[in-house]
Amino acid sequence: MGMASSRLVDRMTEILGPEGVISEREQLRAYECDGLMNYRVIPEIVVLPETAEHVQRIVRYCHDEGIPFVARGSGTGLSGGALPVESGVLIVLSRMRRILEVDIPNQRVVVEPGVINIWVSQAVADEGYYYAPDPASQIVSSIGGNLAENSGGVHCLKYGFTTNHVMGAEVVLPDGTMVNIGGGKAPDAPGYELLGAFVGSEGTLGIATKITLRVVRKPASVKTLLAAFKDTEEAGDAVSGIIGSGIVPAAIEMMDSLCIEAVETAVHPGFPQAGAVLIVELDGPEAEVSSQFDQTIEICEKANASEIRIAQDDEERALFWKGRKAAFAAMGRIANDYYVQDAVVPRTELGATLKRISELGSEYGMRVANVFHAGDGNLHPLVLYDNDVPGEAEKAEDLAGEIVMTCLEHGGSLTGEHGIGRDKMKYMPKMFTTEDMDTMQLLRCAFDPHHICNPGKVFPTPRLCGEKPGPFHMHPVQKAGLAENF
Amino acid sequence: MDNRNDSLDPRQDGNPYDATDATERRGVSSSTSQDQAAANAVGAGSTEDLPDDTFASRGAVKQTVGIGRKTESGSVIFPAFDDHHPPEKDLIDDCVHCGFCLPTCPTYVLFGEEMDSPRGRIYLMNKGLNEEPLNDQMVRHFDLCLGCMACVTACPSGVQYDKLIEATRGQVERRYERTAQDKAFREMIFQLFPYPNRLRVAAAPLKLYQRFGVGDKLKKAGLMKVLPKRMRAMEALMPMLTKQQEVPEFSPAVGEKRMTVGFIKGCVQRVFFSEVNAATVRVLNAEGCDVVTPKAQGCCGALSVHAGREEEFQAFARKLIDEFEDSGVDRIIINAAGCGSTLKEYGYLLRDDRAYAEKARNFSAKVRDVSEFLQELGPVAERQPMPVAAAYHDACHLAHSQGIRKQPRQTLKQIPGMEVREIKEAELCCGSAGIYNMVEPEPATELGDRKATNVLNTGARMVVTSNPGCMLQIQASLKRMGTSMPMAHPMEVLDASIRGESVETLLLNR
Repeated sequence: MGMASSRLVDRMTEILGPEGVISEREQLRAYECDGLMNYRVIPEIVVLPETAEHVQRIVRYCHDEGIPFVARGSGTGLSGGALPVESGVLIVLSRMRRILEVDIPNQRVVVEPGVINIWVSQAVADEGYYYAPDPASQIVSSIGGNLAENSGGVHCLKYGFTTNHVMGAEVVLPDGTMVNIGGGKAPDAPGYELLGAFVGSEGTLGIATKITLRVVRKPASVKTLLAAFKDTEEAGDAVSGIIGSGIVPAAIEMMDSLCIEAVETAVHPGFPQAGAVLIVELDGPEAEVSSQFDQTIEICEKANASEIRIAQDDEERALFWKGRKAAFAAMGRIANDYYVQDAVVPRTELGATLKRISELGSEYGMRVANVFHAGDGNLHPLVLYDNDVPGEAEKAEDLAGEIVMTCLEHGGSLTGEHGIGRDKMKYMPKMFTTEDMDTMQLLRCAFDPHHICNPGKVFPTPRLCGEKPGPFHMHPVQKAGLAENF
Repeated sequence: MDNRNDSLDPRQDGNPYDATDATERRGVSSSTSQDQAAANAVGAGSTEDLPDDTFASRGAVKQTVGIGRKTESGSVIFPAFDDHHPPEKDLIDDCVHCGFCLPTCPTYVLFGEEMDSPRGRIYLMNKGLNEEPLNDQMVRHFDLCLGCMACVTACPSGVQYDKLIEATRGQVERRYERTAQDKAFREMIFQLFPYPNRLRVAAAPLKLYQRFGVGDKLKKAGLMKVLPKRMRAMEALMPMLTKQQEVPEFSPAVGEKRMTVGFIKGCVQRVFFSEVNAATVRVLNAEGCDVVTPKAQGCCGALSVHAGREEEFQAFARKLIDEFEDSGVDRIIINAAGCGSTLKEYGYLLRDDRAYAEKARNFSAKVRDVSEFLQELGPVAERQPMPVAAAYHDACHLAHSQGIRKQPRQTLKQIPGMEVREIKEAELCCGSAGIYNMVEPEPATELGDRKATNVLNTGARMVVTSNPGCMLQIQASLKRMGTSMPMAHPMEVLDASIRGESVETLLLNR
């Protein structure tokens, strides 16, 4: 692993000053992985821009020199989306963390990409507003990262994903051009919906340097209950019952017994000992919430809930959610390592899929904890293992792979919110045909013809514009004059 | 292979845990001149005599990246850690790299760098176990940790970062060769602060210095600017000295006796805040406790252990345990958060010491922070009204290290008329952090000013906190901002209430 070339260091230092450049090996190692530790690559150099202009100059230099780059926010992603590229530049946006504008009359907040998700809600809380997408990592994950991954969260069942809450973005394209996509204050913009393509592009189409978010009024009334069931199947019945009755809960989350055990050890939310618990939250106008809440309780009882606990105040509600949101991290209490998947299945297939996952766990002799967004069938099976036991990591990955395949067989999808990143790209051909993927690649190549922008992610095989990680080399087909870059 | 790995620490060959380090540490100044040297340093009235670069700061800049380069001592040790209490692999493995600690870490908040976050530091510790050497960069990032333990509160995986960083610091102090200036400055601090008598000698010229307004004159003349940053930081922290109030060796309960407790006076506390100790003892008496305060007691070793000076710590700890050995007390009470967290860890920290391991465990089991103790005991003394709004500042070593948040607030709220206001960003350290604000003045100042601003924004008339370091730090920041606010320990407020003092008297001269 070489030290960054002195020319690259000099140029970056020229742009950022010495305090914005990291090139010592020991320091670079702290950036070799994001929230997913299974993949590690030491970047050539890490840079910490403080302004959009910094980002633009860095990217332009990379473009001119054919150096690949990867953007990183808080480094909490779970698909290796911010995994550095060898010989590449890692652009860390954690110092671009200013809230630029709070415009309550237009329900907008303009932020830099390094701003942490929850800061947005905090900035408008006094006015009675909040930012709806709330991934479990909301206390640390950055808006830039949320945008790249199109993050969801426990409340996206009713309120939608990040993409539904982004109104516009200033983006530095992979050639260093700075553009504005999406609308401004007006709700819609004519022309192609580039924002839709950009959000969730996992850092492959450019780097957002300024993001306009929509904030919404806090609901007049919120009611939350926690229901315990014998097993995930009964809890699943309750979920189907609630959604089937026409209620759109703000959130329905399920955790299995292993998960309950872990969070109880970690944050003591006082969850009942049960095969599964559901957290159901309803919000909206008082009268509507009240009548639907009674209905929800009835459905849970009908599905044999052994205990139903209603949050008496904000404090108790916060405790329920604390238990839920700490679930991944709390796995550290019951296992050294875990491998999390993020597949989605149609809600109607929940029961069957969970049963199969449990069988697979037994076949592999490994523990699988389940915590998931039950309302939209977004599963988060956590395969527990010990990295220090030779072969366990591989075994865990195999099992996780089989779980994903099971979900696909049940008509599901590879990922609900964590993204494909480096981790799941090999499964893309299982879900999409070559033509499907080529079409997506066309878009990518239109933005990034030299494949320097987060290369080696999302798509498994280099096709079309010859995408592969590392410095740019012309594709043999291009050399032969048989194809050309966009 | 990386050639930096080839230059092994010469001390590696022998027993890495031999006495040479300690000898070096203690050899800086002879005991007769120690007190005067220390006095010079703290008095600051005499620091203009020092050559400009004697204790030159290592040029702390806004971000850490540049610092590593500027301060190379060139010491490279591989492997980074030896067998004597390296950061434990099992504890490192508890970290699942989720990053939930990042936003509560003061250095991550300031610098936005992975290496200056708990997750990053743990990652570096892991690399140090087998892959990377202990060199300037690594040490820089460990040094920059304030040890505030906000990450321990934030961590859902229960990572015991406190044990990890303490083990790492021990390794750094034993194995890494600091630059001569850095070593000398640290040595001076450790020859001074754990020794109340020396601190008092040091404080004597300080009194004159303050009386004649030397600091202000120097500032006016622009002379303060030429002092090294670390010395300026130290000067800025020094409070106005008040008359020493001695705590008697035995102080009987008022009314019916409920318990016999031992009292630990602290070092900084007894020199700079002796009135806090006096108030604490009065409160304990009023609540029905006989208070035993061994006169000879020394330092608890908190500053030493937080700086990785293991042997020095152990000597202090054994001595303090001995001093309370036959006291026959039910509880041992401390009113300084930083001391309290260490006293409660004696059992763990002396686990290898055959003669003391058990004694240390028993000792720790008796230790209580005074607010914690009073809430366990329940109030009996009558509280007179104290109608004032006070901002309560959580000392890190109370809130994060000991999990004590409710008790001091409860103690204040039990006073009729008292309004307790919360400070924004309460979880964030004020930058005091033991000796941190002296060795790393720039980040500490930034944190201090941030805390002071948040304190002012509460609109409260006074700020209450349970740690002398925090008091000095916040006071210094307020002063720098050209303002001030009365400051008190919860025990001073409670004492004033029990004695029926007025709000104005409480606020006077604070």
